[in-house]
Amino acid sequence: MQGVARMLKITNLHKTFNKGTVNAKTALNGLNLMLNEGDFVTVIGGNGAGKSTMLNAIAGVWKADYGKIEIDGVDVTAMPEHKRARFLGRVFQDPMKGTAPDMEIAENLAIAARRGTRRRLVWGIKKGERAEYKKLLSQLDLGLENRLSAKVGLLSGGQRQAVTLLMATLKKPKLLLLDEHTAALDPKTAAKVLEITDRLVTENKLTTLMITHNMHDAIAYGNRLIMMDEGRVVVDVSGEEKKKLTISELLGLFEKASGSEFTDDKVMLSK
Amino acid sequence: MAFLNALPGAVAEGLIWGLMAIGVYISFKILDIADLTVDGSICTGACVCAVLITGGMPVWLSVILAFVAGAMAGTVTGLLHTALGIPSILAGILTQLMLYSVNLTILGGKSLVSFVGGQHKLLLSMSNNTLAVVTGVVINAAVIIVLWLFFYTEVGLTLKSTGDNPDMSRAQGINVKRNKVIGLAISNGIVALAGALLAQYKGSANINDGRGAIVIGLAAIFIGLSVSLKIKPNFVVSLIGVIGGGIVYYIIYNFVILLGLKTDFLKMLSAIIVVIFLAVPYIKGEYLTKQKPMPEMAEEGYAGGGENA
Repeated sequence: MQGVARMLKITNLHKTFNKGTVNAKTALNGLNLMLNEGDFVTVIGGNGAGKSTMLNAIAGVWKADYGKIEIDGVDVTAMPEHKRARFLGRVFQDPMKGTAPDMEIAENLAIAARRGTRRRLVWGIKKGERAEYKKLLSQLDLGLENRLSAKVGLLSGGQRQAVTLLMATLKKPKLLLLDEHTAALDPKTAAKVLEITDRLVTENKLTTLMITHNMHDAIAYGNRLIMMDEGRVVVDVSGEEKKKLTISELLGLFEKASGSEFTDDKVMLSK
Repeated sequence: MAFLNALPGAVAEGLIWGLMAIGVYISFKILDIADLTVDGSICTGACVCAVLITGGMPVWLSVILAFVAGAMAGTVTGLLHTALGIPSILAGILTQLMLYSVNLTILGGKSLVSFVGGQHKLLLSMSNNTLAVVTGVVINAAVIIVLWLFFYTEVGLTLKSTGDNPDMSRAQGINVKRNKVIGLAISNGIVALAGALLAQYKGSANINDGRGAIVIGLAAIFIGLSVSLKIKPNFVVSLIGVIGGGIVYYIIYNFVILLGLKTDFLKMLSAIIVVIFLAVPYIKGEYLTKQKPMPEMAEEGYAGGGENA
């Protein structure tokens, strides 16, 4: 591993929701995970395995109970959400969550282009920026390149997710977090957004964590696959081993590691 | 004829309340916070301005300091909400209550400070409505231009996104809490500025000034946006619409007074206007829209569908 930067290091991370009540739910239970620069990791796991909790912990949506999170060598464990944002690109499951509906496409992109920089009292969209955004939007191939001044709220869910992806990668993040970002889309749109995702990740060599409920996608995309159960990583395969994996082998690995059958009412076993 | 005579006064007062409504627009429409601080901060603006002018301070400086006082009130509400976790509506009510004591203190324990009898140079006054209208238009235009420039800066855009989608804003590295405080400060600063103009126009500052101001502000916003959004849904046109809404509100107000409505019922009237504007879109959607009848042969569509990219 020499010469390759550690982009993410999670050490012994714990998180229990509703602590001390009858509804207490341990979501992360001593999670350890290391990502090398350029890793494109797909994440699968059953109901309540802690997948989204892990992404929210990295993003700083709330404070973890215990443990340490480092991004590219910087300890971010105590950093508030908006400060960690300079390291992160995020796309949410809900297509409504990643964009400001009452603002123009160009304004949304301009805000994203300044992630991690100090915002000043200068024009929010500089000359030339629109042309640049137009070029990037045309690469999405969704016909958005001529709608820069349109309010994002007028777009479809798939279009909004594609714009959110662009916003997440416009300023190259140290780590891209995709939280089942195609789950709310219809199959055809989901495939399109996934294709855009793969292109952006590969072109920009982005270190990526992608949660998915589609086992087929989990195997087809990325160079590494992790499976979570009860707040921990229980299966971790990469490289050639991952490429050759089949869905039934994957389920077998899970049962061996967790000692229980894989259950998830949302998981799609085939494409 | 009596109505025409009352018109210049209605326009002048409408311009002042339109300015106040612009302040409410920033909290209510841009930040998505129903901020009840304004009932107190408009009075603070009036009190600060009246006390400073009668104390001999130049009128411009007094007006600027009224703005600053209002901005401080907004900051208090913002901090109660963001730093102490108090729900925004309650934070506004708490600050409003605090301001009652503050305003009494500013007025030196009296309930009224009057300009009458003094030889003060004022920006506007009831005795000269033409001048009042000109002053109102100039100040409103200046405020709109400054806000227009501000909300298209890098900082301004993040203020808009803070109200529009706080999740997205945080994910893009925006300090949502700080932005709410800044927005509430600007909002209440403008409201207090309107209070300062109101005191000069009426010739006095009264501890009871501003009771129900939020409702008048909202009425002006709803009246204004119902027209301006149909013309062009952009920021400047919206702000102009809001001022227009304030003027229309005061014309209606003067009209019903001339019709013989007892002034005791004016606050009822303000509230009813707001109820109507809030209720109509809801009633339309909830009770008056019927599902379209299903076309014949609708079964054809069953197999396909799902394409919305």
